[in-house]
Amino acid sequence: MVAVELRPEQPAASAGASLDIENVSHAFDLDGSVLRVLDSVSLNVEPGEFVALLGPSGCGKSTLLRLIAGLEPPRAGQLRENGQPITGPHPSRVVVFQDPTLFPWRTVWNNVALGPEAQGSLKQQRERVDATIDLVGLSQFAKAYPHQLSGGMAQRVALARALVNDPEILILDEPLGKLDSLTRLTMQSEIVSLWRSKGFTSILVTHDVEEALFLATRVVIFSERPARIKADFRVDLPYPRHRGDPRLAELRRESLALLGLAASW
Amino acid sequence: MSDHTALSGTPIGSLDISGHGDDTALRPPRTLLVAAGAWAAAGVVTLFWPNIQEFARTSDLAVAQWIVALLLVVGYALHARLGKVGRWFGTNAARLAGLAVLLSIWQIASAKIGLWPQPYIPPPQGVIDAYVTDWKRLVDSVAASLVLLSTGIAAGAAAGFVTGLATGWTRKVGYWTNPVLRLIGPIPATSLIPIALFLFPTSFSASVFLVALATWFPVSVLTWSGVASVDSSYYDVARTLGARQRFLLLKIAIPGSLPHVFVGLFMGLGSAISVLVAAEMVGVKSGLGYYLDWAQGWAAYGHLFGGLLVMAVLFSSLTTLLFRFRDRLLIWQKGEVQW
Repeated sequence: MVAVELRPEQPAASAGASLDIENVSHAFDLDGSVLRVLDSVSLNVEPGEFVALLGPSGCGKSTLLRLIAGLEPPRAGQLRENGQPITGPHPSRVVVFQDPTLFPWRTVWNNVALGPEAQGSLKQQRERVDATIDLVGLSQFAKAYPHQLSGGMAQRVALARALVNDPEILILDEPLGKLDSLTRLTMQSEIVSLWRSKGFTSILVTHDVEEALFLATRVVIFSERPARIKADFRVDLPYPRHRGDPRLAELRRESLALLGLAASW
Repeated sequence: MSDHTALSGTPIGSLDISGHGDDTALRPPRTLLVAAGAWAAAGVVTLFWPNIQEFARTSDLAVAQWIVALLLVVGYALHARLGKVGRWFGTNAARLAGLAVLLSIWQIASAKIGLWPQPYIPPPQGVIDAYVTDWKRLVDSVAASLVLLSTGIAAGAAAGFVTGLATGWTRKVGYWTNPVLRLIGPIPATSLIPIALFLFPTSFSASVFLVALATWFPVSVLTWSGVASVDSSYYDVARTLGARQRFLLLKIAIPGSLPHVFVGLFMGLGSAISVLVAAEMVGVKSGLGYYLDWAQGWAAYGHLFGGLLVMAVLFSSLTTLLFRFRDRLLIWQKGEVQW
């Protein structure tokens, strides 16, 4: 579906930003009691890395993504993009959520155009919007409304809406979690292709160990809430990866053991 | 109906679906002929069954009923060539037949056997007589009501939209508007007619105020709830894409709340109409409400029923217009109530 040139021998010149998370702690107030979600999390991400965050459900991974996006400030610690403190949302850090959250009153084209429109640069970027819709293979649906799209198509639109801003950090919050398994496999390959051709830094939250290992250059495993980093390892396999690779199976077994699920493998 | 009987003998395996579809499109519905017969019979009842007393325009009504019957026959004959109009006749044939039956019942009960007391419930020709002799005054009344209604609704809807938007968007505004909405909103606007009539310099401005007030309340409450119902993740997405407050308000909050706003407008239209008619009956010396009051005062019962019928058509059309406007504006919605 994705019309991206694959250049297997070398990744594109890096357009990604570095991300530094230093001693970040966060909590929520719930009916008078304090719910601690993140406990001194520190993580340094190199430009162009693809980092997958794995952890038990509700452990605070998605909260970390909200902090990286700048949607909320952390209670303690600091986050920096290319050395600059993150103080609020910015189109260089775009999130793709689990729900496509397309604006139902906007056509596919207008959904993708939202970033440039909000930033006041739509006039110069019209062709870029067309090109990005083409990139995710939905040119024929540019005038369709979200309710006319399938789940996979809607998530492609959400991806295009993020990519049109040329983000330096693409934040993926379980973007494939609600798709059927076939669509999910297709889109995993598409995301790898896009990342390899564009060179942005990618932060992915997922529950799917296999997905993390298939996509990421590095996997970070979190503990139960409040989330602490339990393990952090590289996936030293070249792209494009093969799902049947014995090394992936080995890493998968190790990851599941770290998540306390060794018995099931 | 005849299509089903034609099919019943056909084995399922050999059923030609496309041929069957073409067939129904080409063949005019028989109900059109039934309706034509009903209208012709209604004309016969009107003209040949003697009236218990003298009613003007009895023969005119009979002729009109036969003309309808003739139109239905023509509609049957030219069904395929009439396109949209033909299809309208086809869908509504049964209803048209029912209308002829209702008219005849009314005719018989009022003019033929005197079951319904005269002159309080005149036969259909009484209404026709009112239209023929008094159409000028009716047209003037419709115009006066429409001017009042549109001025009041425009003002009330605009004020309600702004109130609701501000209440839903800024907590500071909501702090003040919330108690006002809760206290004043539920008062029926009709109960304010006496106060409005002496507080305002003219009865026109008083009625505009009342109509505006009646529209304002539902529109503000529903705009408010519309703004509040917009999913917060829409704002998150827009903010990460670089949107600022102004963009969030104009491009997210407003379009996101529009479906609710239209529910408010629909409710507002209903209460605006009821306060308008009440105000016209009590203090305003023009409009359809005044016309009804006047007709009753002169015991002109044909005019009274005629006025009611005009009201029904007018207000139903206004509601239809509102729904058409909504469907056009909210084309992205699906599965909404059809009017």
